[in-house]
Amino acid sequence: MSELKSVRQAFGRGLTLAAEKQPSIVALVPDLTNSIGFGEFAEKFPERFIQTGIAEQNIVCVASGLAHVGKTPFMGAYAAFSPGRNWEQIRTTICINDQPVKIIGSHAGLTVGPDGETHQALEDIALMRVLPNMSVFAPADAVEAEQMALVLARYNHPAYVRYPRADMPLVFDNLYKFEIGKSYRIRDGRDVVIFTTGTMLAAVLEAAELLKLKKIDAAVVHFPTIKPLDEKSIVKYARKFSRVITVEEHQIAGGFGSAVAEVLSADQPTIQLRIGVNDQFGQSAAPDELLDFYGLTAPKIAKKIKTWYNV
Amino acid sequence: MTTISQIEKHALNIRRNLLKMIHIAGSGHPAGALGAADIMAALYLEIMNYNPKKPHDENRDILALSNGHIVPAQYAALAEIGAIAVSELWTLRQLGSRLQGHPVRTLLPFMEITSGPLGSGLSEAAGMALGIKMNGARRFVYVIVGDGELDEGNIWEGAMFTNKYALSNLIVFVMRNNIQLDGDTEDIMPLEPLSDKWRSFGWDVSEIDGHNIKSIIEAAERARAIDNQPSVIIAHTIPGKGVSFMEGDYRWHGKTPDAQELKKALEELK
Ligand SMILES: Cc1ncc(C[n+]2csc(CCOP(=O)(O)OP(=O)(O)O)c2C)c(N)n1
Ligand SMILES: [Mg+2]
Repeated sequence: MSELKSVRQAFGRGLTLAAEKQPSIVALVPDLTNSIGFGEFAEKFPERFIQTGIAEQNIVCVASGLAHVGKTPFMGAYAAFSPGRNWEQIRTTICINDQPVKIIGSHAGLTVGPDGETHQALEDIALMRVLPNMSVFAPADAVEAEQMALVLARYNHPAYVRYPRADMPLVFDNLYKFEIGKSYRIRDGRDVVIFTTGTMLAAVLEAAELLKLKKIDAAVVHFPTIKPLDEKSIVKYARKFSRVITVEEHQIAGGFGSAVAEVLSADQPTIQLRIGVNDQFGQSAAPDELLDFYGLTAPKIAKKIKTWYNV
Repeated sequence: MTTISQIEKHALNIRRNLLKMIHIAGSGHPAGALGAADIMAALYLEIMNYNPKKPHDENRDILALSNGHIVPAQYAALAEIGAIAVSELWTLRQLGSRLQGHPVRTLLPFMEITSGPLGSGLSEAAGMALGIKMNGARRFVYVIVGDGELDEGNIWEGAMFTNKYALSNLIVFVMRNNIQLDGDTEDIMPLEPLSDKWRSFGWDVSEIDGHNIKSIIEAAERARAIDNQPSVIIAHTIPGKGVSFMEGDYRWHGKTPDAQELKKALEELK
């Protein structure tokens, strides 16, 4: 496996780089500065760093107000609590208001690990993608996360970014260019196509290798933007492959796979296997143990796809 | 400079118009809105640095209405200063109208926040006041909150935050009318001792008769002069103020006057 790197630190790096060029950028954190990767920004720009204490409802409203007077706020917290606890304030003061606040949900997914199910956000994509004016993003690795911060700094509408506590294997090199709304074909294949988002990309690529040994040649397409979804590509691949798989570290209900299914059912009805967490909460354990238990490691993903493919 | 008696006249117009608006719309919240008419008039006609011809002026003062359900009072005040036509008032709550049942910033340039869901306006205004302070500008952010609205935890998160950053450019008016949707505030969820609560959160507190224009203006002047802490003005107001059969009765929180009631009310508001 390739080198592991912190996605949180990388996003924070991108935020700091963006802030060097863009004086309007401010960052807000509810008592989680280093934990979510905002430490570098806080150190470099103390006068543009806002510590709100543990108050997730307050912090998004404050961010909205800052945007109203010309600031570009990046507000970060744990995804379980933001948007988990402050969804209505996000809806009213940021989305209906169409303020350019970037909401960062760190510690998303099962890989939070030992802190357990209370802290493992598996519903945040669903919560955010139903909101008009909101865009939703999930980087796969450190390279993509850093670029995402730089691009979103110039994006003039609400945005939600989810990323994990755990370090992720590097998939992209420095030639990679993140663009809003674009999907990326990472692997070619002839038999099926796997759509994935965020943290699952590396495992899905490994699963594709395992499938190859079983004579299933899978293409892999990565969607760092969950909303607005690259619908054209989804339809194009569905026409080509006639069978589609989605993989995400999130509830199957309402997440990325659901978003893909919404597109397909309207424009290109296609049989789809949705892989994710199936209407369950997580639990305490090591991240790897959890991914295995919930069927999100490369071997488990490959096995599920093979069984489904052969039916 | 507008005289007190002129402001009182505008307040009367606000009361008359907001009742007509709610009657035509067939729904709305008259009691709190009638109670806030004097403060609305004083803010727009005297207290705030505000030019309706330049609603996005970078030096303007800001009014953030947190208890969005009383927005007919704000729309009517905007008509008094010529920001919107009186005829537009009658579109309240109708399909395609800029005058939504609760304020929506993106639809009407004079709205500074989107509100209605109670409890978030103070925090939002605090973000504005902080941003203004970071920019080194001298502008004031006025916030109106309901007393029932103070049940919301979000308000007290905002109160702590505003104190931490010593946002002396933020001034809150609490509409202390002692009613909320289900009844009297002290029955639903006791707020007293309310001044002590704010004081213990680090705020400068004053209490006024919220129907006395002179007191309203003086309290705002006093609050603006404080430069090291935020200010809250607890404005004792009468829900339904000016209409005898509505005054003090929580049941008019969200009840629409019918044609008969409107006629009677307008006879009293002269
Ligand atoms: C978050 C939220 N919960 C509930 C409501 C419904 N609601 C609207 S006004 C109101 C009572 C508010 O009391 P107060 O602020 O004192 O207003 P007044 O009755 O004096 O006008 C309630 C419960 C709401 N708008 N927002
Ligand atoms: Mg009240």
